[in-house]
Amino acid sequence: MPVALTVPGLLVLALVGAAAARLAVTRIVVYGGSLVFCAGLLAAGVNALTAPVAHLVLPIGLPWIGLQLRVDALAGFFLALIGLGGAGASLFALGYARHEHHPERVLPFYPAFLAGMALVVIADDAFSFLFAWELMSLTSWALVLAHHKEAGNTGAGFVYLIMATFSGMALLLAFGLLAGPQGAYAFDAMRAHPPTTAIAATVLVVTLIGAGSKAGLVPLHVWLPQAHPAAPSHVSALMSGVMTKVAIYGFIRIVFDLLGPTEWWSGTVVLALGGATAVLGVLHAVMERDLKRLLAYSTVENIGIVFIGLGLALAFRANGFTAGAALALTAALFHALNHTLFKSLLFFGAGAVLDATGQRDMETLGGLIHRMPRTAVAVLVGCAAIAALPPLNGFASEWLTFQAVLLHPDLPQWGLKLMIPVDGAALALAAALAASCFVRAYGICFLGRPRSQAAAQAREADFWSVAAMAGFAGLCLLTGVFPGAVIDTLAPVVQTLTTARMPVQLSNTWLTIAPVAASRSSYNGLLVFGFIAVSMILTLLAVSRLSTRGVRRAPPWDCGFPDPTPLSQYSAGSFAQPIRRVFATVLFRAKDTVTMPPPGDSRPATITHHITDPVWDGVYAPLGRAVLWIAEKANVLQFLTIRRYLGFVFGALVVLLMALTIWQ
Amino acid sequence: MPFISPHGLSFDIAHSLAGLLVLVSFMMLYQVRLLALLHVLALHAFVLALSVAWQAHIQDAPHLYITAAIALLFKALLIPWALRRMVFQMGLHREIETVGGIGLTMLAGIALVALSLEVMLPVTANADPVAREDIALALSVVLIGLLVMVTRRNAISQVVGFMSLENGINLAATGARGMPLVVEISVAFSILIAFIVVGIFLFRIRERFDTVDVAALDQSRGGEA
Repeated sequence: MPVALTVPGLLVLALVGAAAARLAVTRIVVYGGSLVFCAGLLAAGVNALTAPVAHLVLPIGLPWIGLQLRVDALAGFFLALIGLGGAGASLFALGYARHEHHPERVLPFYPAFLAGMALVVIADDAFSFLFAWELMSLTSWALVLAHHKEAGNTGAGFVYLIMATFSGMALLLAFGLLAGPQGAYAFDAMRAHPPTTAIAATVLVVTLIGAGSKAGLVPLHVWLPQAHPAAPSHVSALMSGVMTKVAIYGFIRIVFDLLGPTEWWSGTVVLALGGATAVLGVLHAVMERDLKRLLAYSTVENIGIVFIGLGLALAFRANGFTAGAALALTAALFHALNHTLFKSLLFFGAGAVLDATGQRDMETLGGLIHRMPRTAVAVLVGCAAIAALPPLNGFASEWLTFQAVLLHPDLPQWGLKLMIPVDGAALALAAALAASCFVRAYGICFLGRPRSQAAAQAREADFWSVAAMAGFAGLCLLTGVFPGAVIDTLAPVVQTLTTARMPVQLSNTWLTIAPVAASRSSYNGLLVFGFIAVSMILTLLAVSRLSTRGVRRAPPWDCGFPDPTPLSQYSAGSFAQPIRRVFATVLFRAKDTVTMPPPGDSRPATITHHITDPVWDGVYAPLGRAVLWIAEKANVLQFLTIRRYLGFVFGALVVLLMALTIWQ
Repeated sequence: MPFISPHGLSFDIAHSLAGLLVLVSFMMLYQVRLLALLHVLALHAFVLALSVAWQAHIQDAPHLYITAAIALLFKALLIPWALRRMVFQMGLHREIETVGGIGLTMLAGIALVALSLEVMLPVTANADPVAREDIALALSVVLIGLLVMVTRRNAISQVVGFMSLENGINLAATGARGMPLVVEISVAFSILIAFIVVGIFLFRIRERFDTVDVAALDQSRGGEA
């Protein structure tokens, strides 16, 4: 299994990074080496989709199990995803990381982070899985704290560390339950002995907590919008684009593979959480003014969409409707792939903007399309893709998810019959809000006039960064125009998990995709692309033919403002105001306060808006207060007399012995 | 190894020696004078040495004689003698310690013995009868040793409680067959080192606070006495 060699290879790169972080050549070695290894992961992953299952046992790890590795189709798909995202991030970093002030805080952890993610995917026993999971968490935590002196970053790292520990603990519990009393920690043994119904339900809930908190499922998402933006941008791209997918892998591996058959209600739970995540995430995103935080909230939304697909797959599978399960699971995996593509691209774009202007606050950007034209085009493709505009890839996977939603009348349970349309509505709402969110993000950052000196003097990003962005933009277009190829590639993964697959798509005429039957609904990305391209060319031709040739130079129409300043444009806050008024007044308790200076005062009037996060205020703040209260009460124990301590030891011993007596 | 019948004389002697140890533990519970307490400690260790020697005899395990010798030499003679010197050096030999109601403490001790029998006898139902009784009695010695530590205020009496607790552990260890000598020697040495450390600390405490009443320590930490 040559793919196992990439893990030690990446760890060696981490050591190189730790040994000589200050040298410029180390940066090239580490990122170039990561690029090569990620390309290897991508190739091995794609190869594993069709190859027979490979198994390898190394004599390290737990003594009686060893380190078990296994690459099947599912692992292959996610390996390819890690390879793709990692290769893109490494390519981007070749140029972007040139301006890193503290390379010694990034270089050692970056390859180790990649190695941890790859190891999670190929691990085949609980111990190796959890070890790799924690490696992934800890290295990414170190990367989040790379710029720990910036305001808010240490807090983000703290919250992330707590949530990562929590997620590891939850998964530990899940594996403990799956292993059963005989302690069978190898995944093969777990597959051979599916747990009883009650234990399976507990495992499902605990896995949802463990993997969900890593993926950013509401209400466990709070760390994500804090931690992802805090890291350097290529790491943000990896965390948002790839690490959340590894979390989804963990969920699929446990729930679809190890757990055996599940009850129908598990689909309802996953669907409810997925729908809430999609809507809450995008609502946050649409009101956010920090560009990288906006992207992180949008990650939360996309995770919600993926989980809607997974919930549908669970619901269909529990009812023996394997074709529907295959469709829903394909949609979820396809969307995971797409999200890796466009979210990495957008984080690269945000990194390029941050590098060029030093700003993440959208209110200080604007007009960058003139200063950074290549970045602007690539980011435009990414924004269109994430807003699910055809013919790009975001549309294809969301359309597939909708097709799966439309199959719900075939299900017998009323709980699902009611839940799935609600989720369909949530999905539609999220898609619409995402479109407005990225219109806003792109318009405020790249169009209009610069809102600050820094934005006015921005420079185009370097060659490597642009190459990474252009490559991902091209992939977004390719997977959008040829979705049938992706669906057919995913077939082996879906086949092993749902015992069914979607119909072969590439045999359809004109590359049309038809998820159930051509009579029901079909979509042709190529046709849409052709139509858009042709109509654009025709419009261009018409404009250039019919318009007058003469160029007339005149002052632009100033909308009645005698002194046009950039402040008179739409701002990020004003663009979001209608949505804030409609949705956030109740949910986020949004408040706008206008301060008017008294007559005669020359100060400008100000408008401030204030929103609260219901999840943070409702769940985390009380939890934090409770922990503090208990800690304060327990603090008394620090100041007791020696005799009291002895008394406690004695009392504990006696109580335990008495419990033992009664137990017998 | 010969099987020891639960109805033979050797069993009765082993059992009564272990019982004697529990009895001496009870003597510690109510002994309020420090010097007398040290004498009881010496007696405790002496009974332990006898018991271990008897185990060595009936189990046909000569290495246990070494354990018995260690117990006799260190625990019955050396440590009580050193503690006695300390008491004289500190001028504590006339000290009478207040123990919270003797009757209540004794009742608690009886309850502890009942508890340890109740715990141990069902658990060790299949074990060798000698080891079984020994372990139950040893657990009561340990628990009473802890009780002594909890009810005393004086650091020296707490040390005495600790030593008797350790004797209980030794009794259990020798009652069970096949316990290697290395374990016992290392336990004996760790106790010796603990004793040295405690002795040094006692003098340091004494130097600083002019008393070995642990309540003074608590006051210096700002806790309640």
